[in-house]
Amino acid sequence: MATEALGWWGVPLGILAGTLRGSVPFLLVSLGECLTEKSGKINLGLEGTLLMGAMSAYAVSYLSSGIVGPTLAPWLGVLTAGAAGMGLGTIHGWLAQQPRVNDVAVGIAMIIFGGGLANFLGKPFIQPQAPQLPTLAAGGWSSLSQVQSALQISPLFLLGVAIVPLMSWFFKSTRWGLYVRAVGDSPDAALAMGISIFWVRMASIVAGSFLAGIGGASLSLFYPGVWTERISSGQGLMAVALVIFARWQPWQCLWASLLFGGAQALGPAFQSVGIDSYYYLFNAAPYILTLLIMVATCSPKRTLTGAPGALGQSD
Amino acid sequence: MALTTTWRRSLESVALPMGAVLSALIIFGVFCALVGANPLAVYASIYRAAFGSWSAWQNTLLRASPLMLTALCTALPARLGLVIIGNEGALVVGGLAAVLVGLALGSSLPGELVLLAMALGSLVAGGLWIVVAGALRHYRGVNETISSLLLNYVAIALMNHLVQGPLRDPAFVSKPSSFEIAPAAWLGNLPDTRVHWGLVYGLVASALAYILMQRTTFGFAARTAGGNVRAARIAGLPVGKLTLAVCFLAGSCAGLAGMVEVAAVQKRLNESIVSNYGYAGILVAFVARHNPLATVLVSVLLGGILASGGILQRSHNLPDATVMVFQGIVFLCVLYSESLYGRFKVFQEREIQAEGAAVAG
Repeated sequence: MATEALGWWGVPLGILAGTLRGSVPFLLVSLGECLTEKSGKINLGLEGTLLMGAMSAYAVSYLSSGIVGPTLAPWLGVLTAGAAGMGLGTIHGWLAQQPRVNDVAVGIAMIIFGGGLANFLGKPFIQPQAPQLPTLAAGGWSSLSQVQSALQISPLFLLGVAIVPLMSWFFKSTRWGLYVRAVGDSPDAALAMGISIFWVRMASIVAGSFLAGIGGASLSLFYPGVWTERISSGQGLMAVALVIFARWQPWQCLWASLLFGGAQALGPAFQSVGIDSYYYLFNAAPYILTLLIMVATCSPKRTLTGAPGALGQSD
Repeated sequence: MALTTTWRRSLESVALPMGAVLSALIIFGVFCALVGANPLAVYASIYRAAFGSWSAWQNTLLRASPLMLTALCTALPARLGLVIIGNEGALVVGGLAAVLVGLALGSSLPGELVLLAMALGSLVAGGLWIVVAGALRHYRGVNETISSLLLNYVAIALMNHLVQGPLRDPAFVSKPSSFEIAPAAWLGNLPDTRVHWGLVYGLVASALAYILMQRTTFGFAARTAGGNVRAARIAGLPVGKLTLAVCFLAGSCAGLAGMVEVAAVQKRLNESIVSNYGYAGILVAFVARHNPLATVLVSVLLGGILASGGILQRSHNLPDATVMVFQGIVFLCVLYSESLYGRFKVFQEREIQAEGAAVAG
């Protein structure tokens, strides 16, 4: 075992490696959901988008590797995953904005539809091995192979990290960012400004789904790097919780994703040194933490600080 | 005239969902044709596997009964204006409580009493689980949708932790599971069928929920609070107590579904209890417009779709995920049909419209 040579040092190393690997889908999906929720709609369907992204990225990477070569193929897969996400996002964005249609219900229907479609189309791709995305070896300075393998950074992780300041700046300092916030906080005011609520929300949901689709690609083309029907294991839904935990702020989404990814790595890391009795309780840690933070910061008098005002309101 | 005003409305509420299911069938047919299967043959197979014979009906009803119970977990709080999606968690906690009670009592009591105790345990556990979300909402203003979603994961983690550790049966190797409950405390089948008593639980719970919500002052108060919280407060309704009571009832229904899964199907507790009956129940509730009697019908419909998974694989060489696609399309169409109420002239009351126009003019 890798950790035997390192002893207890395997625990922090395992957590670091797990954080770098496990936080990628969280980061991308939560940024997408953050954008969506800022506009005042919830998209629970990102779980289905994640699956669809994972499947389409893997399938396209596998099918196109013979034509464009194994270097370009996974990137084509990433783009396809984003496009597939946009497709599902368009359905959600249109349907969830119809009168009397609840966005939570549409989201759950989209989980079933997107997941079903991914499993249906992905059936032939469970066996074959698709070319994977390259990784940046940040651990090249170390002679220990464990350190090297732990510090493999995905370019999608860097992409996510790069989007964080961009999105933060977008919300704070651009006209379009103001539109999104206005639509999410006070649709009436936005309407008075002459903004089309429908199209701003549509654009936010579609762009958010694009990011979630790419998050799916990181699952099948980076870590764990295969396509199976249960690959998302609820991470799309967790990302919704994460956005609340992050109070709808892109920077906090980054920290929260690292925390959630790290929390997921806690169990396996402790398991590798022989402590495995609390594995599942460690897995529950992020949810309990989110719940506690919500309890501590909410009050019946006002809503959660930073929450878009129109979130969860029917129109 | 009173008669004419009701029949157009009722026709609308029947015709729109029917139209939605029909459109879903057409869209699904196009999908089947695209992947190279004969749509008509696929329809025929689904119908045969879901409702074609008594045996098929039994398969359908088996899948429908937990859905009837979990759907109430969303449908009841919805009347109060709360969107609760903690069905899966309440189901898991209910199953956990049922197993704990069942194992603790063992065979010290007659089977029927053990079953009763298990059912009570699951009702209380599931109820308290959702009460947490309701109480957080009422006393702290925490969004109930999000907190109930989070509670799902906590419940599943708790269940996994217990069946991996303290409750684990070392003799059962295929997956970490609790010990088996005594055969005397298994929930049996209805006479001459393969359908277990969970179906009766589901039907009775739905009927009770309907009576409670539509025919009692409690239900009226809850619906009033759901319509306008401020008005309800001014009228002196105890909104907090109503919230907690409705959340308890909702959670206990989903908890009972967990007990049925454990006592009638799994016989022990393991990961298989997380089988998406909870999330499917949310959809059933929304599609049924939170009417406890309509949830029964929608559950049977969805149960039928779920039951037809195997046959599509065997006779049409379609992957088993095909039913998921079908299910997704049906629900998306039905949810869309919700927005069409009042859009068709045919279903409008002519007389009333004329009066309205006169007043407006």
